[in-house]
Amino acid sequence: MSGVSTAAAPTGARRRGRRPTTGRSEARWGVLFAMPAILGFLIFTIGPMIASFFLSLTDWTVGGTPGFIGVDNYVALTQDKLFWKSLGVTTYYTLAAVPLALLVGFVVALLVNAGWRLQSLWRTVYYLPTLVPAVASAVLWIWIFNPDSGLFNSVLRAVGLPTSNWIYSESTAVPSLIIMSTWGFGNAMVIFLAGLQGVPRQLYEAVSLDGGNAWSKFRHVTLPFMTPVIFYNLVTGVIGTFQVFNQAYIMTSGGPNNATLFYIYYLYTKAFTDSEMGYASALAWVLFVIVLVITALLFRNARSWVYYETGDTR
Amino acid sequence: MSTATRSRPDGGRRISRGMMFLLLAFGALVMLAPFAWLIRSALMTDAQIFINPPQWLPNPVAWENFPDALTAQPFARYFLNTMIIEVFVVTGTVLTCALTAFSFARLRWRGRNVVFGVLLTGVMLPYAVTLIPTFVGWAALGALDTFLPLIVPAWFAGAGGGVFNIFLFRQFFLTIPYEMDEAAYIDGANPWQVFISIVMPLSKPVVVVVVIFTFIGVWNDFLGPLLYLSSSDNFTLALGLATFQSAYTAQWGLLMAASLVVILPIVLLFFVLQRYFVEGVTLTGIKG
Repeated sequence: MSGVSTAAAPTGARRRGRRPTTGRSEARWGVLFAMPAILGFLIFTIGPMIASFFLSLTDWTVGGTPGFIGVDNYVALTQDKLFWKSLGVTTYYTLAAVPLALLVGFVVALLVNAGWRLQSLWRTVYYLPTLVPAVASAVLWIWIFNPDSGLFNSVLRAVGLPTSNWIYSESTAVPSLIIMSTWGFGNAMVIFLAGLQGVPRQLYEAVSLDGGNAWSKFRHVTLPFMTPVIFYNLVTGVIGTFQVFNQAYIMTSGGPNNATLFYIYYLYTKAFTDSEMGYASALAWVLFVIVLVITALLFRNARSWVYYETGDTR
Repeated sequence: MSTATRSRPDGGRRISRGMMFLLLAFGALVMLAPFAWLIRSALMTDAQIFINPPQWLPNPVAWENFPDALTAQPFARYFLNTMIIEVFVVTGTVLTCALTAFSFARLRWRGRNVVFGVLLTGVMLPYAVTLIPTFVGWAALGALDTFLPLIVPAWFAGAGGGVFNIFLFRQFFLTIPYEMDEAAYIDGANPWQVFISIVMPLSKPVVVVVVIFTFIGVWNDFLGPLLYLSSSDNFTLALGLATFQSAYTAQWGLLMAASLVVILPIVLLFFVLQRYFVEGVTLTGIKG
């Protein structure tokens, strides 16, 4: 580190605040260097967003000529049973999977953080499942859920408990996928762990001096300081679960009987199986608005429960 | 370490600590069970797998599952394809994201913060809303079934998901003292030289973090290859594994062996670079 600074040390007297040549040339370099991101945003984000909005106002199917049909696609959506089904499935999954991952992640983070000699070993074990590539995870869990010789039913049979059809039965398919997703709570846990390092120690001592027990330490110190981290995990979790695709595609094909017809999977089949690009674009925009509204509501609601230290606002 | 000084040797506390340990250990077993099942099944023949009552451990060990699985479909080819994409995507992402972040962190220009703020909103965007036009666009350019749709966005600062990396780089660059740049500017260097020979060499930790997460992102990507790659010669490992699964539905020994091969590099990467992983997750999580 210091080697670089001595090598680059100027021979003459240093002037404070020396900028690269003139201000105008600095601005030129600045814009030039930011160009990849600006162009990327225009070409791969803004452009396609606008395009998909206009596509959503057409009846375009691949191979045909697009005709302008106004908001007909959106009207058709309200009558589309599968659209409502996919929305219901995705909401069900989100409402269960996100709180579960947060709760388990938080509890395990607290346990792991309790000052063990092998803390990093615990952390590694609980984080490991999040490293498994999505496709490999899907293939593995199909086998774990296998009704004849899978892990779950083998164990259940061995201890004499009733078995289940897991992802192969309409009522248990989504709960099975929720179990599978909870296996990957390690990401939330690691972020909780990092957050726990930021809780000021002296506050615990203050509670102790006031005669508070472990619960009041948790309730009045840990929890308030962790609310920003909980909020972060909540928002990213919800945005993530609303975009579930791989499990539906690889494990269940949306079945049985559309029980796992996740929103993006439905959109995918509309666009790339049925080639109804106009209709699928309308689905995409509805999802965009839904995610936007949910995020906005979460942020609005956050004001009442997320605690930010004063002076830390940026 | 600090437990010795903090914990008082009263019985109640020792019991609750014991309970916590048991909980952690039980949880660890639950987390590891799928891995055990994966390895066990990868080493068993179909005859052993479907026996009733179940045989828990492979006996004899069916090592041949690995060569059998990896030659049943051209997995070597899939690996090569994946690595080609990895090289171009990782290079492009690191270079363009770092360059953009350098501009946001160390060069002054009008509208800089507005542009940065607008880019940040991209993080919240569901990828579905850009999916169809992007696909149609690549189709119109005749780039379907090539690696271009998977690689080119990386050279535009990752496009979309890349904002995260720009953010990481920027946070790190802000911690490097500006006197470094100043000295070089006095010596007549231009911003590119400052970027490439002063700031980047000092930023190894964040480069490693971005490399790791980009590498894993490409390795795990399924939807991208599924949309854009159609001929088997172009498949990536993730896509190849998925098609392997649908072609060999009941051959669990082979499927688990192939899955294990796809999982292993990432796990090894983790154990070698563990420090950076934790740093990266922490950086993305807390400062976000």
